[in-house]
Amino acid sequence: MNMIKYFFIVFFFINFNFLNAQEKDLKSEITKNLRCLICQGQSVYDSDSEFANSLKIVVDKKLNEGFNEEQIYKYLKEKYGEWILYEPEFKKNTYFLWLLPILIFLIGGIAIFKLFIIKKN
Amino acid sequence: MKIRILPSLLIIFFFLIFIIFYKGLKNTNSYTPVTNSKKLIPNFSANLFKNEKMISSNEIFKDDKFYLLNIWSSWCVPCREEHIYLIELGKKKNLDIIGLNYKDKKKNAKKFLLDLNNPYNIIILDKNGTLAIEWGAFGVPETFLIHKKKILKKIVGPLNERSVLEIKKIIK
Repeated sequence: MNMIKYFFIVFFFINFNFLNAQEKDLKSEITKNLRCLICQGQSVYDSDSEFANSLKIVVDKKLNEGFNEEQIYKYLKEKYGEWILYEPEFKKNTYFLWLLPILIFLIGGIAIFKLFIIKKN
Repeated sequence: MKIRILPSLLIIFFFLIFIIFYKGLKNTNSYTPVTNSKKLIPNFSANLFKNEKMISSNEIFKDDKFYLLNIWSSWCVPCREEHIYLIELGKKKNLDIIGLNYKDKKKNAKKFLLDLNNPYNIIILDKNGTLAIEWGAFGVPETFLIHKKKILKKIVGPLNERSVLEIKKIIK
């Protein structure tokens, strides 16, 4: 019986996270991936600068006009360049950036393999 | 021999990373968007400052002359500094200056123009800042030189003697 009680208490608290429904909508998701150009280092979502507030209105407007996430990113990229997006594109000068983790993973794998498995034999 | 490869690889790897970060130290960390020169101006419609009437971008930039779109606001201090240059450029006959009043109170904007004179041929309103985003601007002041609906030059921040000279050279 006690177990069930605890289970419900834990379940109740976990669900608190979902009460803030606004966190999950598309607008916040998009603005979180946009860099505020006035206060660099903050996302548009977090920032309260004039620029960020206007950009939130624009994103809202575009969503109402029926733009999807990709189209909004494309629209803003045309205006401000790729820098406005937090997630860099996969292209010629970002290959290194994207592939570095995989490279490190491989090097680490080789290191582990060499140190432990070859030594064992 | 097998064990030697790994440490030397690691040393090379960290050395490379060191070079990358060391070079990165010298780069500026503030970014200004790529100047979208030679780009077409956006299509928009806006309210006029004097009578709140709607006007479209085609009506504003209809003639075959040079236009200077200046984003300004009465609360912006650098705008006051650059104002003398706008008045100077306003005397040019083949240049129309369009003001974009950014997130401003009308009362303050009127006082600003009364104090410092009005160099603008047309002033349009941008109450929530969305029009400035259409132009790819992110602050005040920002100035665009336009000819035949193309953006020839974009100046972020206040105008100064050098940028005014450049503008004069282009519109000659």
